[in-house]
Amino acid sequence: MKKFSKLVALALAGVMAFALCACGADTNDGSANNNGNTAVVDGNGNTNVVTNAAVKAGLICLHDENSTYDLNFINGFKAACDAAGVEYLIKTGIPEGQEAYDAACELAEAGCNFIFADSFGHEDYIIKAAKEYPEIEFAHATGTQAHTEGLANFHNAFANIFQGRYLAGIVAGMKLNEMIDNGDITAEEAKMGYVGAFTYAEVISGYTSFYLGAKSVCPSVTMEVTFTGSWYDETAEKTGAQTLIDNGCVLISQHADSMGAPTACEQAGVPNVSYNGSTAAACPETFLVSSRIDWTPYFTYCFNAITNGEAIAVDWNGTLETGSVVLTDLGASVAAGSAEAIAEAQAKITSGELHVFDITTFTVNGETLTTYMADVDTDPEYAGDHEAIVDGYFNESGDGLRSAPFFNLQIDGISLLDAAY
Amino acid sequence: MAKTNKSEPLFHIAKRSDMTLKKAILVRVIAIFAALVVCAIITMITTGLNPFTVYGSMAKGAFGTARKSWITVQDTSILLLIALALTPAFKMKFWNIGGEGQVLIGALATSAVMLKLSPYLPNPALIAVMFVAAILAGGIWGVLPALFKAKWNTNETLFTLMMNYIATQLVAFYIIVWEYPKGAGKVGIINAKTELGWLPRLGSSMGGKYLLTIIIAVITTIAMFAYLYYSKHGYEICVVGESENTARYVGINVGKVIIRTMFISGAICGLTGFILVAGIHQTITTSLVGGQGFTAVMVSWLAKFNPIIMIFASLLIVFLKKGAGEVATSCGLNESFSEILTGIIIFFIIGCEFFIRYKIVINKKTMKGGNK
Repeated sequence: MKKFSKLVALALAGVMAFALCACGADTNDGSANNNGNTAVVDGNGNTNVVTNAAVKAGLICLHDENSTYDLNFINGFKAACDAAGVEYLIKTGIPEGQEAYDAACELAEAGCNFIFADSFGHEDYIIKAAKEYPEIEFAHATGTQAHTEGLANFHNAFANIFQGRYLAGIVAGMKLNEMIDNGDITAEEAKMGYVGAFTYAEVISGYTSFYLGAKSVCPSVTMEVTFTGSWYDETAEKTGAQTLIDNGCVLISQHADSMGAPTACEQAGVPNVSYNGSTAAACPETFLVSSRIDWTPYFTYCFNAITNGEAIAVDWNGTLETGSVVLTDLGASVAAGSAEAIAEAQAKITSGELHVFDITTFTVNGETLTTYMADVDTDPEYAGDHEAIVDGYFNESGDGLRSAPFFNLQIDGISLLDAAY
Repeated sequence: MAKTNKSEPLFHIAKRSDMTLKKAILVRVIAIFAALVVCAIITMITTGLNPFTVYGSMAKGAFGTARKSWITVQDTSILLLIALALTPAFKMKFWNIGGEGQVLIGALATSAVMLKLSPYLPNPALIAVMFVAAILAGGIWGVLPALFKAKWNTNETLFTLMMNYIATQLVAFYIIVWEYPKGAGKVGIINAKTELGWLPRLGSSMGGKYLLTIIIAVITTIAMFAYLYYSKHGYEICVVGESENTARYVGINVGKVIIRTMFISGAICGLTGFILVAGIHQTITTSLVGGQGFTAVMVSWLAKFNPIIMIFASLLIVFLKKGAGEVATSCGLNESFSEILTGIIIFFIIGCEFFIRYKIVINKKTMKGGNK
C-alpha cells in the first residue's frame, strides 16, 4: 500500500506541474479584453470578439468543413457573427434525426437565442425544439414547413439561386456560341449536360434556370440531365459527367456537392459551370463560372431583427439584390463579352424587367403554360395547392408562397437520362 | 549469467485476487484522473486551450443547467436499462452483444404501431399496444439466437451481432416505406400534430418530461436486482453460467433457462426501444440507439453485473460523453474531437480493469545487476 501511495502522490504532482505550466501558456481565453468585451478564441485560432450581447447564435451543420455545402454556411455564419460582434457556437456532423433535436437543445441550454440548422432533413427536429423553447428564434435553410406550422419562433430561409444559375447559364450559352462561331460544333450540336442529385424541386428549378439562361443567348441549345441519388458522391458525379460527355455534351454543369463533375471535365477538356464556389484552382483550363448562396445577409438580417426586437420573416428569400445570390469571378476560358452580358441580365432581373421563368421562353409538352398549381404546402396529398403562374411568369419562391423552390416542371429541350432518384 | 535466463522475459503477467475493494476503487479513480490529464494534454496540444477551461466545460456539459441535468439523468437511465437487459444473459455466460438490435427492433415495432394504428385506437390503448409490440419484438430478437444456441449450440456472439445488422437494415427499409415528406428519406417526428402515442409527461414542471423514463429505470433496476439475487430463476442463471454440466446434473433444463433468460434480456431492450420512441424522440432512425447497445456491455462488465453499481457506471459514461461533447462545442472544435476524448477516457477505464485483475511481476533475475 505504501508503494501505492507513492504512485498516487507522483501522479498528483505530475498533474499539478502540468496544470501550472498550462496556466502560463494560456493568456486570453475567455478573458475580458481592453474594451470590456469578451474575446473567445476557438480551437482553430479564430477570435470571436463579442460586442453585441443581445444575440448568441448557434449553427447546426449536417457535415463539417470538408463538405462544400456546409463550409458555405460556416463561412457565412462566421462572417456575419464577426461583423455583428455576436458570440457563436457551431455543431458539426449532426445527422438528420433525433441528434438534430438534441443539438438544438444543447445550443439552447448553452444560452443561444438564435439557432440555425442547415440541412433539409433537420426541419422536423428543429420544429420540435422550437415548440419547447418558445423564447428562442429557430431558423432553417431549405425547409418547407414554416408557413404551415404557424410557430412564431420558427422560420425558413432560402435564396433565389435560380437567378444565379440563370446568369451562369448565360456564361455557358456565350461559350456555346463561341464554339459554334469557331466551327468546333454546329448549332444543333450545342448540347449541355447536367449532373443532378435528386429529381427534387430544388434541383429541377436549378437546372431549368441554368438551361433558360443558356437558351436566352444560344437558342438552339439542348440539355441532358442525369441523377446520382446523393448530395455528395464523388465517384457517381464523375461517372455521370463522363457519361454526358460521351453522349456528346460539350459543356457540363452540376448540382451536387463534390468535385466529381469538375474533375471529369478538366480531364476531358470540357467547359464546366460549377456550384457552391469557384473550382478555378483545381480546374484552371475548363472552369467558366460558379454560383452560390451567400448566407451572410440572412444571418445579419436575423441578428438585427433580434437586437431590435423585430420579428423574423416566416419565409425569407435572398436575392441578387440582397447579396445572397452571388457569382464567382469568371474563369480564364469564358467567351468574350460574358461579364457584360451578366451585368446586363442582372440589372434586368433586379429591376423586375426580366423573369427567369418567363412563360414565353419555355414550353411544356409543346405548349405554353398559362396556369400551374404548385405543391407548396407539405402535406400527405402531394398535390398542387397554390397557383404559381402570375403576370406571365412562374413565381418561383414568390412572396406569400414559400422560400424553398417548388418549380418541378419538365420543360421542352431538356431530356432526363434517368429519373430513378 | 546462465544461458537459460536469456530467453526469460523481463516481466510476466499474473492473475491477482488479493486486491482490496478500497485499492480497487483507488485504481479506478486514478485511471479516470489520468484519462482527464491525457485529454487535457491532447486538447492543449491541438488547440492551446487552458485545461481547466476544458474540465469546467466537461462538468457544464452534463450539469450546466437544470434541464441538462435532467437530460443527463434521462440518458443515464436509458444506458442503465440496456445494461440491465444484458446482465442476466452475461451472468449465464451467454454473450449477448445484440442489445443494439434488440432495442432498435423494439423501437421499430413501437413506431409501426404509432404510425399505423393511431387513427383507429384511443390513445391509452394505442400506447398499450405499442408497449406490448415493443416487448414482443425485442423478446423475439433475443430468443432467436437463444433457440439456435439451445438446439444446435451456435455461437451466440456472432449470432446476436448479426441480428444487430438485420435490425438496422429493417429500420432503414421501413424509413423509406414510411418516409415523409416523399423523397425526404426520413420519417420525421411521428404524429407531430396530434401527439398520439406520445408518452405523457408527469407534471407540468420541466422535469416532468424526463421523469417517466427515470422511474421506469429505477423500477427495472430494483426488479433486476431482486431477480438475479433473490429468485429461483436468478439462481438457475448463475448455475448455468458456472457450469452447464452441473446445472444438468442438478436437474436444471439448460435450454429452457437460456431461452427464458434471453427473452427477458430482449424484452427489456424492447422496452428501452419503446421509451426511446414513445417517450423521448418520437422518431425512428437507424442511429436511434447510437451504439449504446455496445456501451451497455461495458457498463454491465464494469459493474461486475451488479445492478446497483451499474447506476454509477452508466452515470460516469454519460457524464464523460456529455462533457466531451461540450468541450468540442464550447472550444469551437469539430464534433469528431469529442469522440477522440470519449475514446481516450473509455480506454483508460477499461485499461485499469487489467491492473485490478492482473499484476505485472518483474523477473528480477533477468534484470541487470538484479534488485538487491
